Amino acid sequence: MSKIELTHIDKFYGKNHVLKDLNLTIEDGDFMTLLGPSGCGKTTTLRVVSGLEKPQSGFIHMDGKEIVNAAEAYFAPPSKRNLNLVFQSYALWPHMTVFDNVAFGLKIRKESSDVIAKKVASALERMQIGEYAKRYPTELSGGQQQRVAIARAIVSEPRLLLLDEPLSNLDAKLRVDMRAELKRLHHETGTTIIYVTHDQVEALTMSTKIALFRKGELVQVAPPLELYDNPVNLYTADFIGNPSINFVKGTATADAAGMVTESSVGQISFDRADMTPDAAQSGKLDITLGIRPEQLTISRTADDEHRIEGHVYSGMPAGSETLVTVRVGGDMLTVKELGSTHYASDEKVYLGFNPKKVNVFDTNTENLIKYCV
Amino acid sequence: MKPNEQNYSKSRRLKNQVMAVVTNPYNVIVLIAIVLLVYLIIFPLVDMLSTTFQLSQRDLRNVPGGVPGEFTFYYWKRLLASDLSMNLLIKPLLNSLLIGVGVSVCAIVLGSVLAWLMVRSDLPFKPFFSLAVIIPYMIPSWVKSQAWLSMFKTPRVGGSAGFVASIMSNMGVSNEMIETLLSPVAYGAIAIIIVLTLHYYAYTYLLVSAALNSVNSELEEMGEIQGASKALILRKITLPLVMPAMLSAVILTFSKAIGTFGTINYLGSPVGFRTLSSELYSNSKSQNTQTAFAMAILMICIAALSVFINQKLIGTRKSYATVGGKGGRSTLIGLGGWKPIVTIILFIFFIVGIIMPVVILIVESCMLKEGVYSLDNFTLYYWIGEGNPNIMEGVPGIFKNSNFQNSLINSLKLTIVNGVFGTLFGQMLGYICAKGRGKFHGRLVEQLVFIPYLIPSVAFGGIYLSMFSKPQTLFGVQLVPALYGTFALLTLTSVVKHLPFASRAGTSNMLQISGELEEAAMIEGAGFFKRFAKIVFPLSKGGFISGFMLIFVSIMKELDLIILIMTPKTSTLPYLAFQYQNQNCPQASDCVAIVMFSIVFLVYALANIFGDADLAKSMAG
Repeated sequence: MSKIELTHIDKFYGKNHVLKDLNLTIEDGDFMTLLGPSGCGKTTTLRVVSGLEKPQSGFIHMDGKEIVNAAEAYFAPPSKRNLNLVFQSYALWPHMTVFDNVAFGLKIRKESSDVIAKKVASALERMQIGEYAKRYPTELSGGQQQRVAIARAIVSEPRLLLLDEPLSNLDAKLRVDMRAELKRLHHETGTTIIYVTHDQVEALTMSTKIALFRKGELVQVAPPLELYDNPVNLYTADFIGNPSINFVKGTATADAAGMVTESSVGQISFDRADMTPDAAQSGKLDITLGIRPEQLTISRTADDEHRIEGHVYSGMPAGSETLVTVRVGGDMLTVKELGSTHYASDEKVYLGFNPKKVNVFDTNTENLIKYCV
Repeated sequence: MKPNEQNYSKSRRLKNQVMAVVTNPYNVIVLIAIVLLVYLIIFPLVDMLSTTFQLSQRDLRNVPGGVPGEFTFYYWKRLLASDLSMNLLIKPLLNSLLIGVGVSVCAIVLGSVLAWLMVRSDLPFKPFFSLAVIIPYMIPSWVKSQAWLSMFKTPRVGGSAGFVASIMSNMGVSNEMIETLLSPVAYGAIAIIIVLTLHYYAYTYLLVSAALNSVNSELEEMGEIQGASKALILRKITLPLVMPAMLSAVILTFSKAIGTFGTINYLGSPVGFRTLSSELYSNSKSQNTQTAFAMAILMICIAALSVFINQKLIGTRKSYATVGGKGGRSTLIGLGGWKPIVTIILFIFFIVGIIMPVVILIVESCMLKEGVYSLDNFTLYYWIGEGNPNIMEGVPGIFKNSNFQNSLINSLKLTIVNGVFGTLFGQMLGYICAKGRGKFHGRLVEQLVFIPYLIPSVAFGGIYLSMFSKPQTLFGVQLVPALYGTFALLTLTSVVKHLPFASRAGTSNMLQISGELEEAAMIEGAGFFKRFAKIVFPLSKGGFISGFMLIFVSIMKELDLIILIMTPKTSTLPYLAFQYQNQNCPQASDCVAIVMFSIVFLVYALANIFGDADLAKSMAG
């Protein structure tokens, strides 16, 4: 339960400018995911918030109280920030039992032993590993170790919980199970959570807000669905969504009423009302259409809704859904269809979509110019 | 808009920065470590350097109009550019270089061949050989020299016939023939190079075999698939891959060989073969401190130069072992028709080169009169004799001898105290080097701690003798009293000289503990000391024990370092053996050497069983 504000944070590792003038607010009770490819600065941001790293400039306020003032060289130590961190590698102390690992922080705080016993038991129960209290970390499986790491982090009831890619070392099935667990944990405790991952599916399913990073800078901070429906630029649109969004390049003519686009999927008109405030008001411009695979419908015969002709490049039925790659003019489009259908290579098919739902981007500025409505 | 010219309180900034440095115990410890290291390492060096420029009382007559204590080039001129230079410096220097290069070349070849045979080939009897190959490291080179003398010494130069000489004499060879045949073998450059090669090849063996073990075998298998012959694979693939390890071994061997004193004393001095190290010793003993120090400085420069060249040669190719790290080969290269020959040669080598000398030592220790190899000459007097005025001037056998008991206790005291302190400091410094890796303070400590390695042992002993013989004062306050003749001086010298070794072991120990384990404790609120006690120490204590054992072994055998500092009261086993040998009682000397060697072997065996003592890792320092 805590509001964190990062203001103008700069972090250098030697000459490497890792965080560039970062401004981010995490509201009380948020599940904020820091998302991005490797090396974009998300783990560094987490470590700066935790106090393990010191930024060269900027401020951090927690609930209005200043915990970092780089200019005055004031950096509150991690233990004074009422937070806890789950490392990617779990960092469990191999020479201590599970109980001792979880109780460590409480012992430092000089709590009495019955209070400690009660709190540790409760944390272990909550993570469903109560029976392993006497075991050593090396005797546990990856998933169990991870639960110990989380139990250790929550036992002191911190106001802020930081998690650094906690699920990346787990197998696929366990990962899905743990996602649900963490979401439940957030719901039950109401603790503010900052979660780092490069897996956008995790980000979409668990967070209340996502902060997308690119090379040390924030690209977009928004709730998951807003990020999905209306990515602010090409980078975001490409990063979010599995399979990736389809990009179709084309040209457009803009006027006061909206714009008309020409591309391999035909000529489409868009209303000014659906466009962003800073979209061009007039003239010609290069545009890129962004069409999500599930927005495309496919049919073997042409009709009113399916007017775009194409040829199947490859079809991949996967049981619950089918992914078909279709060549349309010079573009390759991926279509996602529910259910299992077999498509032969080079088969002629017809595609359709709802123009209201697609995104349009200005190819040169890379920014969004038309919303999905 | 970034508030670059934002108003912040400069005084608060300063206060915060100072508080951050001062309240962190780690910073305080680093500061203390640096101060101590500078005091114990840099100061003596500077002191030594400045002494060589100070005119001493005794040499007043050589410098007309001179005043004692004034700045002068006299000593350096005398050493480098006078009529005496040839005799004083050039000849010994050339001899030193001869030994250095000779030993390096031979040791590299021997060690590499053995390493390849043991790791890569299908040589039989490997368990026996791998034990035999390590034994030389545990026997100090001066003991080997003694054994060598016992084997080969001649009546004229050595005072009595060695084993080979007495066999030859029994076979009817004349004394003249014996002298001409054996003298060059027993004494002089050849003897020294052979003995030191048999000692230092162990370094090359350990380093190269470690490299061979960790190099990915698929690299060689690829060569085989492409059709390369075994010899070609060896030359073009294997050899370049282990080159960094071989180069490291060369430098180690070269600087150790140049700095050796004990062996030179046993095998060189009787025939006037002098090197820089023996000159340093004799100059020191006869109070020519300035000249001795000047020589020490030259030796340090040579060592530093060789390290520098080595770094340049190895360059960024620090170790190919980490590249393609799977290593661990399964198929061995067949020796084919060569196998029986190679095996026999190796057996002969080990028996003659290593086992026989030790056996000879044991035999000689039981001989009443030197040089008489017959059963009625057999006696246990030197071991347990009561005290016979006809033998050894009435001094009893070593087990009944108070000198021996004294030396034994001193040796044990020295090794244990040294082991404990050396390990503690070494682990602490290792922690600083590991934590500060890549940062300024880590690099500084690492460089400072490496310096004693460059200083030859004899020189190091001399410097500390000179510096701590007078009380150390700072601004009139006496910090350290005069330590001449005390056990404390011995301990101090040994601890500092072995710091590079101890802190290497400490660093590699501490590096194994992930930084995140400490960070997790930090987040839970554990301060520096709590973290060290609860996390760092429990996880690193295995390394403490093996580090202790290795330092123990190293100090037990130490002669060169303490030879100048030693007094009869503080005498250790090696020094006692040295004295007996110089007093012409080789039997007693042998007894002492055997006792000492047994202790070393025992401790090393214990270290291997209970600890994780890895010779190769600690030697790569």
